[in-house]
Amino acid sequence: MSRHKLVKGLDLDEELNDFDGGVEDDYDDGVSAEDKEQLRQGLIRVREVIGENGDFTDKEIEDSLWHYYYDVDKTVNYLLSQKAGSQPKKSKKKKGDAVGTAAKDFFKDSPWLNIPKERCGEILIEPLYPRGRLLGGASKADGAPKSKLAALAAARKRKENLKPEDDQDAPSSVTLLDRLGAKPRARKPDPQFSSSSSDSQRTPAEQEKTTQARKYPARKSPSAEALPAEQLTEAPSNASEDLPSSGGDGELERTPAAAPSVFARTIFGPSAESHAPAHGSADSRMSKSLEYHTEFDFTVPSPDDVVIKAQSTKRPAQKPGKQPAPQANNDRSVNAIAHGVEEVAIEDVRVRRKNLDVLAEFGKLKAKNAANFVVIGHVDAGKSTLMGRLLYDLKVIDQRTLDRYRKEAERLGKGSFALAWVLDQGTEERNRGVTIDIAMNKFETETTSFTILDAPGHRDFIPNMIAGASQADFAVLVIDASTGNFESGLKGQTKEHALLVRSMGVQRIVVAVNKLDTVAWSQSRFDEITQQISAFLTTAGFQSKNLAFIPCAGLTGDNIVHKTTDPNASWYTGPPLISLLESSEPVARALEKPLRLTIDDIFRGGVQNPLSISGRLDAGTIQVGDTILVMPAKETATIKSIEVDSAPSDWAVAGQNLILHLSDIDPKYLKSGDVICPPSAPIPCLTSLTVKVLAFSHITPMHVEVLKGRLHAPGRVTKLLAELDKASGNVVKGKKPRLLKPGAVARVLLEMEEAVPLEQGGRVVLRAGGETVGAGLVE
Amino acid sequence: MRLIKQSIDRDGSGSITLLPEEDEDMWFSYNLIRPTDLLRASAVRRVTTESATGSTSSTRVHINLLISVEKLDFDTQSAQLHVSGRIVEETKYTKVGQYHTLDLELNRNFTLQKKEGWDSVARELVREACDPVKSADVWAVVMQEGLAHLAVLTGHRTVLRQKVEMTVPKKRGTGKQGDHDKALEKFFQITMDTLLRQLDLTDNKPILLASPGFTAQAFLKYLLETATRTGNKALLAQKSNFVVAHSASGYLHSLNEVLQTPEVLARLKDTKYARETKLMNEFMDLLYKDDGKAAYGPREVEQAVEKGAVGRGGGVLLISDSLFRAQDVAVRRRWVGLVDRVRETEGGEVRVLSSTHESGKQLEGLGGIAAMLTFPLECLDEDEEEEGILPNGNINGAKT
Repeated sequence: MSRHKLVKGLDLDEELNDFDGGVEDDYDDGVSAEDKEQLRQGLIRVREVIGENGDFTDKEIEDSLWHYYYDVDKTVNYLLSQKAGSQPKKSKKKKGDAVGTAAKDFFKDSPWLNIPKERCGEILIEPLYPRGRLLGGASKADGAPKSKLAALAAARKRKENLKPEDDQDAPSSVTLLDRLGAKPRARKPDPQFSSSSSDSQRTPAEQEKTTQARKYPARKSPSAEALPAEQLTEAPSNASEDLPSSGGDGELERTPAAAPSVFARTIFGPSAESHAPAHGSADSRMSKSLEYHTEFDFTVPSPDDVVIKAQSTKRPAQKPGKQPAPQANNDRSVNAIAHGVEEVAIEDVRVRRKNLDVLAEFGKLKAKNAANFVVIGHVDAGKSTLMGRLLYDLKVIDQRTLDRYRKEAERLGKGSFALAWVLDQGTEERNRGVTIDIAMNKFETETTSFTILDAPGHRDFIPNMIAGASQADFAVLVIDASTGNFESGLKGQTKEHALLVRSMGVQRIVVAVNKLDTVAWSQSRFDEITQQISAFLTTAGFQSKNLAFIPCAGLTGDNIVHKTTDPNASWYTGPPLISLLESSEPVARALEKPLRLTIDDIFRGGVQNPLSISGRLDAGTIQVGDTILVMPAKETATIKSIEVDSAPSDWAVAGQNLILHLSDIDPKYLKSGDVICPPSAPIPCLTSLTVKVLAFSHITPMHVEVLKGRLHAPGRVTKLLAELDKASGNVVKGKKPRLLKPGAVARVLLEMEEAVPLEQGGRVVLRAGGETVGAGLVE
Repeated sequence: MRLIKQSIDRDGSGSITLLPEEDEDMWFSYNLIRPTDLLRASAVRRVTTESATGSTSSTRVHINLLISVEKLDFDTQSAQLHVSGRIVEETKYTKVGQYHTLDLELNRNFTLQKKEGWDSVARELVREACDPVKSADVWAVVMQEGLAHLAVLTGHRTVLRQKVEMTVPKKRGTGKQGDHDKALEKFFQITMDTLLRQLDLTDNKPILLASPGFTAQAFLKYLLETATRTGNKALLAQKSNFVVAHSASGYLHSLNEVLQTPEVLARLKDTKYARETKLMNEFMDLLYKDDGKAAYGPREVEQAVEKGAVGRGGGVLLISDSLFRAQDVAVRRRWVGLVDRVRETEGGEVRVLSSTHESGKQLEGLGGIAAMLTFPLECLDEDEEEEGILPNGNINGAKT
C-alpha cells in the first residue's frame, strides 16, 4: 500500500500533536533512536491508560503504537476494543468519529477530508487478534494479518537486539562461504541450506552494504529475493519457540513477533533473525514445516509466496531420509549448517562407502546353500534342452513362454529346439540351433539356490565353455545315449570337456545319460555308457564317490524333476536329476583372501549405469563404494552399486555371481578377462610365467592360447623346463624333455605377447590350433 | 627384383647390381644386405657450404654413395629399408668416414659387394628374388567376436596390417539380446571399414575370412549386404574372391590352421607360404610320432647333420631366414656352413622358411632350425645351454 495514501489517511490533528518528525520520505530508515524513545514513552503512557485491566504484551502495545504513529489514545482504543472482542469494523468507525471531530471541523473545506472512508488507509484499522499460531492461507479465518509495517518495525527492533550476536556469527560465516564456493551445487537441494547460504553471504562487508542499501529502497539483494520462501518457513518456527517465554513485561528483546515480511526482507536484506540455524532433527524440521500453517501471523503472503512456500514445505516432507541428522539442541551454531552442507555435497558427488564388515553381514545372512554348476558335453548331446526342461518343470519358465518358443522354433523348422531356446537366447544361436556362449540361469529348490551355466558343446566355442566352467562348483556331464552319437561324442568334446572341468578344479560330476528314450530305455546301453565313462573319468582324476550316473530324457522330461513313468525304465530306482543336484555339498569360499574377480562381460547396465561388468567373485569380498583396480590396465574405478544374482545389494562375497556398476573409469580400460582387485593387493601382470602343465596332446615349444575364465591371450611355450613325475611331482631325472606326450606332466616356461593378470595357483588352459593341449597351474 | 649386372668370381668376391621393383623386393634386400657389405646407391644428401664471408647455404644434391653397411632398419608396414653406414668413397660433396643413411627406393639400382664373399645362401636368395614368377598376395582377416586381425600374405612375408579390438557384450537373459547384436554389427562395420581402407579393390586378390564358429560367415554376409545397400560395386565385384575358412581363434597364429584347410589350399596351392605350412606340419607330425626322426634346436640339428642323418633319402633341413640375418658374421657363417654341408656333402634338402609367416614363427619357437632325419637318433646330447645362439633382436623382436 502506498505510503502516501497512508499519509493522506492520517488525521492532521494527530500529526500535529504527536508526530514531530515531519513527513519523512525515507520510511525505510531503520528504527531510529527517536522512534525507540517514542515507542518507549508511548508504551508507558498506554500502560498508564490501560491500567490493570489490560494484559497486553509490550509487543502488542508497541505494534499498535507503531500503527497509530504513537497516538496513545488510538492505541488504547484499539487495544481495548480488541480485548472486548467487539467487531473491529464498528469500533473503527466509532473511533474515527470520536477522534477526528475536531480536525474535521477545522479543515472542513479541505478536499482530502472528503475522501470516502473506504478509500482511506484501511490497513491500519484492521483488527489485531491476540497472537495466534496461525499463518499462511489460514490467516483469513483466524485473525487479521498484521500490517507489513508492523512486521517491519518488529524486524528492525529485533535486528537491533541481535546485532552483537550477529557479529559473532560473521567470522564463521566467512568460512562457510568458502566452503560453499567450493561446492556451489550443494546449495540447491535443501531449503535449510539455502537459507544458510544466505546467512553465509552476510560477511561483515556485506552487512555494511545492506545498511547502505536501506537508503535505496529500490535496491534488492538478489539472494534476499531468491530466498524469502525458505526463510518464511523457518522464521515463524523460530518465533514459536520463543513465544512462551515472552509473555512478561520488559521482555522486549526476546519478543519474537513475526519475522519480517517479504517486503521488509527485500528492503533490508536478510536479517540475523530470519535465518534459522540447522537445529532439530529431520523430524522436527518436518513438523516445523507442517506447523507453518498455524504460525504465520503477519501479512498475507503474495500468491507467489504461497507457491514457493508450498514447494519449499513439500520438499523436505518428501525425502526426510535424505536429511543429515543435525544437532538436536537449539543452538545457533553455524557449524551445524556447515556440517550439513558438506554432507549434502558429498552425497551429490560420489557414492559413500558404508564400511560394512562384509564377512559379518554374510554370517548374519542365513541364505540358502548356493551352487553353480556347469553343463557340459559333446555338441548336440542335449545340454540346453535338458536344462530348459529342468527350468520348465520347476516352473521357472512358464507355459506361455515355452509355447511361444515352440511356435517360433517350428517356424524355423526346429520344433525340438524349443526347450533349448529357454537358454539359447542369441539370434545366431537360435537360427543355427547351437549354443555359442555360456547361458546363465537361476533356479531354486527348497534347500539350494542354483546357477546353471549352460556351456556350448561345439569345439569352436570351448573358450566360452572354459569361461563358464571356471565359475562352476560342480559339473553335469550330458551324454547322448543314442546309437552312434555316444561314440562320436566320446571322441569329441565329451572327454575334452570332462578333462577341462577337472583341470579347472571341479571335483564332482553328475553324468546325465540323455536321450535314453531313443534306445527304449535300454538298461544295457546305460550300463555300457556308465562303465566307459566312469573308467574314463576315474583316469581323468575324478574320485568314484564323486561320480553319479542317471538315465534321463531331456526332451520328454523323464527323470529330470519327476521320476520317469516309462515302463521300460522301471529298472532305474534312483532319484531324478534334481535330487542329485541337491545333494551337492556346499563349497568353501575364499572369503578371507584379497578380492579377485575376472570380468566376464562388459555392458551397458541401463540409463543410470552406463558401465557395468559381470563376473563371479573368485575370492574376497566387495562392497558399494569400494575403489577397485582393473588389471592389467592399472586403472581404478569406484563401485557404484552391486547386483547379486540380479538383486541389488550393498556387498558381495566370493562365490557369488555379480553385476558391478562402475563409475570413474573409461570403458576402454576394461576388457573381458581383466581382473578386478583391490588397489592394496593388486594381481601381478606377467609376461613370462612358469606353469606346471598336464599335457592333453603333444606340447613342444609353440604358440598357444592361454585361457583362464574369460581371459584369452596369445602366448608361446618357449621352453620345456623339466618333466615331472605324475605321482610325486618330482623332477624326472635325465635330460630336458624335447616333447611332451599326452598325459605327461611338466614344468614349462610361457611367454605372453601381452602382460596378463595371473597369479600363483591360477589354473590355466593351454590351447593351440583349436585343440586343448594342456592345463596347468601357474607357479 | 631384376638382376641388372652380376660379376661374381669363383671365390665369391664381386658385385651384383639389382633393381627392386616392388615392396617384396625390399624384404629380399633386407635379407641380402649384411653389415660390412659395401653398398652403392643413389642418395639425396644435404650439403652445407660456407662462403668466404661466413654465411652458410645448404643445398640438396643427388649423388651416388658407396657406404660400408653398419646397420639395417626395415619397416615392415611400409616396406622401407634404411641402410646406414660410413661412406668409403670420396665424392665432390662428401668425405670418407662420414655417415650416411641410404633409403633404398623402388626402381632405383643398387650395387652390393660382399666383403665376406657371396655365399650360397646369398646367391640362392638373389636367384629366388629375381624369379619372375610372382606369387599372389592374399588378404586374410582372422577374427572372432570382438577381435580381428587384418593381414596380407605375400610370397615371403605375412604382414599384420591392422588389429581391430572391441568389446562385444555377451548374451544376457531375455530381451537384452539387442546389446550383443548391436555391438556385433558395430564390430563388423569397423572391421569392414578397416578392411576397405587397407584393401585395393581394383586388384583381384583372394580375401580369406577365418573365424571360429560363424563369425566369418556372418561378416561376409554383412559385407555383401552392406555393399548391396550402399551400391559399392567394387566390393560386390570381389564377391568371388572371398573365402570363408575355419580358424581356432581370432589371433594371427591361427592363420597357420587356415592355410591348411583344403578350400584355402586349393586356391593358394604352390605359393611359398602354403608349401612352408605344409612342410612345417609334416615336421610336427614327425615330431609327435616321437620315433627320433625329428630333431629341433641348433645343437641337436647340428649333431644330426654331423652324424649324417640329414642326407639323401628324405633328410630335410628347415631353417628360418632370421638366422642368416645375424649381426655377427661368425654366426651367419655357421648357419651357411650347415646349409652348404647338408646341400652339398650330405645331399639333403634345405628349406629356408620366412620368419614372418606363421610357419616360420612356429619354427622359430623350436629354435629357428629343425630337421627331418633319415634315421632315428635317440641320444642327442643337448645339455649344452642353447641360449644366445639365435641372433639378437630378430626373433624376439618379431615376437614382442
